[in-house]
This record gives sequence, C-alpha cells and structure tokens, in this order.
Amino acid sequence: MINYIIRRLLLVPVLLFGVTILIFGMLQLLEPDERVSLYIRGDPKSDAQVNAFIKKYCLDCPFYIQYKNWLLGTVDSVTGEREGGILYGNFGWSKTGSQPVAQLIARRFPNTLDLTLWAVGPVIFVGIWLGVQAAVHHNGIIDQIARIFSIVGTSFPTFVFGLLVLMIFYANLQWFPPGRLSDEFTRVVNSDQFTRYTTLLTIDALLNGRFDIFLDALRHMFLPILTLSYISWATFLRVTRGSMLETLRQEYVVTARAKGLPERDVIHKHAKPNAMLPVVTLAGFTVVGLMGGVIITETVFNYPGIGSAAAEASVQLDVVTVLGFALFNGLILIVANLVVDILYAVVDPRVRLS
Amino acid sequence: MTTVTPSGNNELLGEAVAMRKIGRLERFLGPDNYRIVQGLFKTPAAIMGTVLIVFFIFIALAAPVLAPPLGDPYTIPRDGFKAEPKPMGAEWRSKQPPLPFWWKAVTGKEEWVHIFGTAQGQYDIYYGVIWGTRTAFRAGLTVVISTVLIGVIIGAVAAYYGGIVDNILMRIVDVLYVLPGLMATLILAAVLTPLYGRTTLPVMISLIAFGWLGYARIIRADILSVKQRDFILAARVIGVPDSRILFRHIIPNAIFPTLVLASLGIGDVVLSFAALSFLGIGVEVGYADWGQVLAFARNWITSLNTYWYLIVWPGVTLVLFVLGWNLVGDALRDVLDPRLRGKV
Repeated sequence: MINYIIRRLLLVPVLLFGVTILIFGMLQLLEPDERVSLYIRGDPKSDAQVNAFIKKYCLDCPFYIQYKNWLLGTVDSVTGEREGGILYGNFGWSKTGSQPVAQLIARRFPNTLDLTLWAVGPVIFVGIWLGVQAAVHHNGIIDQIARIFSIVGTSFPTFVFGLLVLMIFYANLQWFPPGRLSDEFTRVVNSDQFTRYTTLLTIDALLNGRFDIFLDALRHMFLPILTLSYISWATFLRVTRGSMLETLRQEYVVTARAKGLPERDVIHKHAKPNAMLPVVTLAGFTVVGLMGGVIITETVFNYPGIGSAAAEASVQLDVVTVLGFALFNGLILIVANLVVDILYAVVDPRVRLS
Repeated sequence: MTTVTPSGNNELLGEAVAMRKIGRLERFLGPDNYRIVQGLFKTPAAIMGTVLIVFFIFIALAAPVLAPPLGDPYTIPRDGFKAEPKPMGAEWRSKQPPLPFWWKAVTGKEEWVHIFGTAQGQYDIYYGVIWGTRTAFRAGLTVVISTVLIGVIIGAVAAYYGGIVDNILMRIVDVLYVLPGLMATLILAAVLTPLYGRTTLPVMISLIAFGWLGYARIIRADILSVKQRDFILAARVIGVPDSRILFRHIIPNAIFPTLVLASLGIGDVVLSFAALSFLGIGVEVGYADWGQVLAFARNWITSLNTYWYLIVWPGVTLVLFVLGWNLVGDALRDVLDPRLRGKV
C-alpha cells in the first residue's frame, strides 16, 4: 500500500511540471506586449511604457528565464515588492474582468462548488440506481428503456438539452429561471444584513436563517443540475450496468443464491459492493470534473461559476485570464485525481499490486 | 459473388467449415475484420445508425442543390439586418439566393421562403442547417484523420521501442490528459485565434492537439499484443529492419480496431466543434455551422416559447447526426469488445 502511494506520489511533480510547461508554452505563443498583464495591474498607457515593462520583466529573454520569472515573479528593486509569480498566487491581471485573475477565480469558485455540492446527489446516485435496476432486470423492459435512454443521452449535446429545458421550464412554464439569484435577493446578499460565513450561497442563506434565499438559490440551480444529471446518467448507467452484470455472473453470487439467501440480499449485500469498484472511480472523476467548472452548462444557464468565466474570457481572447483558469483547473485536477487513485487503491487491493 | 469452399482432410473440421460459405469480401478482409463490417448491419439500432449517416452524407453532397448559395457558400445569407427572428415559411424579402429547381415542383410556389425561419440578424436557419452538414463532415474528417495519424505514429513508436521512449511519450500523454478535453481545446483555440483569425482553423488545430491521446493509448496496447506474436519474432530473426517490421508487419495487423473506432469519433468531434462554436469561439458570426446557428438562440431565451424553431431544427439535426454515429459505434463496440475490453 505504502509502495503504491509512493509510486503514485512520484507522478505528481511530473504532472505539475508538465502542466506548467504546457500553459507556459501557450503563453509564449503571445506577443511580448500581451504578456505584460502577467505582471502589472491595469492597462499600460503608452507604447514606451509597454517597452519599459517588457525590458523590466524580461519578456523577450530566453524562455527558461521567462519560465523562472513566471513561476517565482520578480522583485521590484525600488519598492521591494514581488510582481507576478504563479507560485505566490499571482496569476496576472484579467483585462476582461478588470481585476486580478486570482481574485476573479476566488469570486467565481464558490458558486461552482455550491453547484457541485447539490449536483453530486442526483448526478451520481440516481445514475447508479438506474444501472443496478437495468442489470438486475437484464433484457427486461427496464433494461431496454435504460439502454435506449443511455444511447440517446450520450447523443444529446449539453447545450441543446440545456436550451430545450430552458424553453420548457423557463420560457413556457416560468418555473425555473437561469442565473444565480433573483434581483431582490441579490441586493440582500450584497448588503450588510447578510453575513458570508462560508461563501457558499446556499449554506450561508441557511446560516443567516434566510430560508427564502436558500430556496431561491436552489430554484436557480435546478435546471443546471437537471442538465448535468441527464448528461452523466447515461455514463453511470452504462458503467454500473456492465459491472453489475459481470458480478452477477460470478460463482460466489451463485453460491449465495444456492444457500437460499433472499434475492434482495444477494443483490444489495453480495453483488453490489463488488460491482461498485469501477463506478467509484467514475464518481470520483465526475465530482472532480464538476469542481473544475462545467463550461457549457454554466454558460447556457448564465451561472457565474469558473466554467462560464473561462468561456467569457476566451471568447474575448483574454488569454492571460483563460490560462489562469486553466492553471487553477489543472492544479485541482492533479490533486483530486491523486486522492481518487489512492482511495481506489484502498477500496480495491488489486490496484496496488498491478 | 463467387464462393470458395475450403476442403479439409479432417472430416469433422471439413464438415464444420463447409457449413459456412466464405464470400469474396470475407476473404479480402479476413475473418476478424469481416465480423466488424458485419456488425454494421446486425441489429436494428445499427441499421438505423447507418441509415442516418448515409442520410447526412447525402445532405452534405447535395447541399448546393438543397440550398443554393449566394456568394461564399459557407456564409449564411441574410435577409436584412433586423434583430427579431422571422417565423417559419416567411417570404424572402431582400438579397434572395437562387431558387432551387425542385422548389416549384414540390410546393408550386414561385417565391423562395425561409423554410425553418430566420435567426437573430435574419440569418436563414435552413441554409445554416444544410451547409452546416458540410462543415461538420469537413471538420470531423480533417480532425479524425489527423488525430489517428498522430496517435498511430506516437502509439506505435512508444509500444515498439518501449523502455524510456515509451515512458516519456506516455508521460506526455498523461500531462495532456490532465486538463479536461473541452477546457484544453477552449484555451488553445483562444490562443490560436489571434494567429489564424476567425476561421475553422484554430478550433480544428486544438481538437487535433488534444484529440490524438486516446488513439495513441489504444494503438499502443494493440501493438504490445501483436508484438509478441511469432511472425514478428520470425521477421526479427531473419534481420528485417525495425522500421519495416513496424510499418509493414505490426501496424497493419494492429490498426483495424483503431480505425473503426476513429471513424466513429467523427460524432464526438462534431459535437465539440459545435460546442465551441456555440460558446462563440472559432468561426465568425454567420458561418454555416450548427453550433453557430444554435448560438443565435442565446439572446432569445426568455421568448423561446415563440421562437422555438431557433433551437429545435439545428438541435434535432445535431442530435440525429451524433446519434447516427453513436448507434453504429455501439454495435461495433459490441463486436470488438473481446479485444478492446479494458483498453478504452
């Protein structure tokens, strides 16, 4: 076990180095004057100033010097302040957001996390339940419906599905609006009466005792959650069904049946725990994916998370901002994948030995 | 079609083999590959998928007849500049493109109309859907062919040489896999757009840059198994050079499953292309592309109950296209399953 964890940990620096090189490489595709916003706040005023900055931050130096500066930043000789340096959390200045990229991420990330929190249940557990039902009633009606559902589900692009549910539930029925919160509540949330304990809106609303705000936030999150669920159910259904079918064919399941155990116990106590192994990995990656921001779903429903922020910035070709998001996303994913892999090794001893 | 009946000395075996006639196609492709082709026509779902794909190929080929272009064929013609979408069947007022010859025969009308209505800015939705099919095939084929080539070469080199080469190449794949597909494509496209302008190029390059990873892994695994077979050892023993063994003996024997999977990847590529286009990355506004046409609906979300045709027609087209590839893909994956289990 320790051996496996060490081997897995050794991969982390490789991945970190690789991802920073990848993103740094993309930055190098920009002209030096566009990269100035990695180091300074706001827009430079004149060409002379831009040239001065290029010289000061060595933006036309060989790439390894630039890479070092990009990682560690440079220390101003007059003020002694550190400028730039992603390792110090300085991801540069977002022109489209008119604020530091790190601040933009800090502002948007709680919304994405809030959505993840509420989406995990429906996205994962319903999909697994459907998969188990399909496998237990193999080739029965439920199985056939589930299979059709799964293939149609994977063919339905997120944005088409999103627009369709907006058409039905918002334009026609007016039940679930897009966005984050109704206007009257946005004012309350931004005022002094509302304390941001955790920055997660739904949790804060409960802590402030504002049940109406809590419900309003959920109402706005309903359609994104529905879309995310629908899209991932197809995958969960397929994986769970396949794994469950394989497990049900194993000899120990036959033994359990031969002993005369009730079918409910055979399925839920004997077969299901073992069939869940591949599903655990999938669930891990799904949660990580949600945390990294779901670009299209957030954009379609105008939900202010990090996915939609990245999309907005890239539409306006604000590359420094986009790459800041990519870097943040990459860091989350590396750490989270590590956790998922180790947890998986804890659950399934076979992984450790391979 | 002539058939060949193999004769065996062993009576039992001969009897068993003679039961089945072997066609010319099967001889040509070999039993494994023949089974894969058969999979295309096995189940109702697979047949439906094949029919859908053929239908879209027809639309792409017949695009100039179905919707005659006015000037550049990949620019959706506009009927004025008003923001408000026009309903289905509204008459074409200004800058009317040439009338297709079948229009009068089918409808008996002299006037060309907006069959699917117009989107914001009076872009003709029908035209966008028809010519968008060509864009879909162009982007899909270019990306899939390039990704397979890159994937096969890198996967083959990694598997054949093994050791440190394999290790470095596969770590590169790991790194590129860290960012989720859409995010990676999105950022690279944003970086490349200033260099290449608002064309299909930035998005296609980004899709290629992050698309070959999966193929490299699959072909690597396939080659690792082919590499162990006796005929490769035999080739090595008689001193055939490395490159010849790799390109003439190993790859032809390992590539077919990858090729099949790749050709089905067109559905996914078109989906990503449309998604990026929908977000507003890549081609210019008004380019004949399904994602673009769908993006027109984004400003009319509050009144989609009136303007439902903004999303329904391009949406249904995109879904059917992807569904076609997925249905065939599903059938083929069942056929391929024993060889591909655990590799995809």
